[in-house]
Amino acid sequence: MLIFENISLALSGLKSNKTRTLLTMLGIIIGIASVIAVMTVGNSMKNSVTSSMEGMGVHNITVGIKQKSSTRETTESGMTFRAGPRRQTLSKEDYITDDMMEQILSEYPNDIKAFSLTESVGNGKAKYRNLSANVTVTGVNDGYLTANDLTILSGRLFTEKDQKEGKKTAIVSDKFCENIFDGNPDRALGEQITVVLNNKYYHYTVVGVYEYEESAASFDMSSSEDVATQLYLPLKTAQEQNHNRNGFSQITIVASTETDVTAFLETVETYMNRRFYGKNENYEISAFSMESMVSSMTEMLSTISIAIAIIAGISLLVGGIGVMNIMLVSITERTREIGTRKALGAANSSIRLQFIVESVVICLLGGVLGILLGLALGLFAVRVMGYEGSPSVSSIAVSALFSTMIGVFFGYYPANKAAKMNPIDALRYE
Amino acid sequence: MEDRKLMIDLRGIVKRFYIGQPNELEILHGIDLKVCDGEFVSIVGASGSGKSTLMNIIGALDKPTEGDYTLDGVNIIEARDRELSGIRNRKIGFVFQTYNLIARTCALKNVELPMLYRGMGRRERSMRAKELMKLVEMEERMNHTPDELSGGQKQRVAIARAMANDPAIILADEPTGALDSKTGRKIMDLFHRLNEEQGKTIVLITHSPELAQETQRIITVSDGSIIGERKGDGKHADI
Repeated sequence: MLIFENISLALSGLKSNKTRTLLTMLGIIIGIASVIAVMTVGNSMKNSVTSSMEGMGVHNITVGIKQKSSTRETTESGMTFRAGPRRQTLSKEDYITDDMMEQILSEYPNDIKAFSLTESVGNGKAKYRNLSANVTVTGVNDGYLTANDLTILSGRLFTEKDQKEGKKTAIVSDKFCENIFDGNPDRALGEQITVVLNNKYYHYTVVGVYEYEESAASFDMSSSEDVATQLYLPLKTAQEQNHNRNGFSQITIVASTETDVTAFLETVETYMNRRFYGKNENYEISAFSMESMVSSMTEMLSTISIAIAIIAGISLLVGGIGVMNIMLVSITERTREIGTRKALGAANSSIRLQFIVESVVICLLGGVLGILLGLALGLFAVRVMGYEGSPSVSSIAVSALFSTMIGVFFGYYPANKAAKMNPIDALRYE
Repeated sequence: MEDRKLMIDLRGIVKRFYIGQPNELEILHGIDLKVCDGEFVSIVGASGSGKSTLMNIIGALDKPTEGDYTLDGVNIIEARDRELSGIRNRKIGFVFQTYNLIARTCALKNVELPMLYRGMGRRERSMRAKELMKLVEMEERMNHTPDELSGGQKQRVAIARAMANDPAIILADEPTGALDSKTGRKIMDLFHRLNEEQGKTIVLITHSPELAQETQRIITVSDGSIIGERKGDGKHADI
């Protein structure tokens, strides 16, 4: 009962000192707002990245070679892998070969659905008559097309003959067709296009058109017409074009639906390292999945969030000290009031409660304003970055709780000082 | 008067400050004082005579160094801090020279305050506070804050507040000290009314002989001792 009286008392007190209250709350507001803003951005980013990564296939395990280093532990994560091996130092025995894949398949026939293999050729310009479009040329096997769920709008995938003989066939995107074939995929079929790659001219016959999907993760600044879409070639065609007969620096294993990807990824990594790379002094195998990438990404975002939370914590500490300071000023100003209350029969505990409630009200009010400000800033930033906004509910709850705790913690000392005042001295205070 | 219940019973009250230090100071040197139920007593004395210290002890704000004090049958000497606040809350009604109303809080809420600390329910509190405001003829202005009230009005609110928990005694410390004589007269009339109509025991601390003369008994304090005690008129003086 006394709590409600104290809350309304505190509110009326704060209302009569608006500027002072606002300035006192500022530390708390800024601290909480920064936490909420960062958490909102982080959470939204995490959610969009996670969902788009999951869309790219959770059953895919990417196996690649990476340089051995003395500090193995620090390069475990998928992110460091990408910075990985320098191609120019690779020699023939470092590559992952067809032979290795066959052995892996015979070792784990139930866990592997397919191998998704790619051979990157490069970026170039595709020309047809006097029209042109940007393309990224990649050689792929059938496994790749399965793993990436390509939707064929017109024509067909590569045939066994295309793959085996290295035919000069190509599968292009519908977006590509918009630029060159008036957006009609059927018109593209059977047409021969010319692709300029590194000042060399290559000719391919279009056999299929797939549906281009704009990925949320790729944040492209170029206008939609300049976007380079994937132009797929049969794997062998690309390898021959690159004069690559060694093998692959990176392959993707498409795991079976019932396989535990995380566990299988480690099994494959261990198997390959022991079997094929035990004697290799420079390179070893590193495997990761979208799942492991998502988790390492999540981990990284959490680390950043924690770092920022610590900084915000410091700002809250400073804010709390501000609250304590103003509470000390307030009890000095109200010494006579405290004396009067004691004369009227207020127990020390009632006085203590009164000032703790006042401090909590300041902090909680600051916390709520901070949460609102943080949400506004965070959601605005998320919108600018083009992600879908998803505020972190837990951080809002924690912030509210935390600001209450600051109120109690930094309010206790001044409140206790007030409670312990001698009523006679307090009444006599001028 | 002797058959009446003893409200205040002070025996051999000694108060010393800075005990054990070179500047040890004895303010009260063995005071004996008895006040009965329904009495209107005044304590007079020059400033520095020790009457404020005596008032603090009577008001259970301070404990004597030596001596015994029983207030309405309760031993104050043995009471602990927490019990003392309860005693102040229920047995004593304070009226201060400077009113000491809680700022930014309306008159009615000020009157409710002692009842709030007593743990009385909201509705009961509000009802009693309104009755008291009527008693001190302030019902018109009960929703005003102290800074919207005149000195005399503030003091009437303070008296209503002192009456809130129907205390054993009302302890008034120079209640008219900050008021002009006409307003002061009204406040004194109010005390007389409370004493006569409600039978309240009132202890008035003052330095004014005229005000003291209106009370039933006048106790003169000088230099930490009671130097005289005489009967007053016990009625309104004409101004």
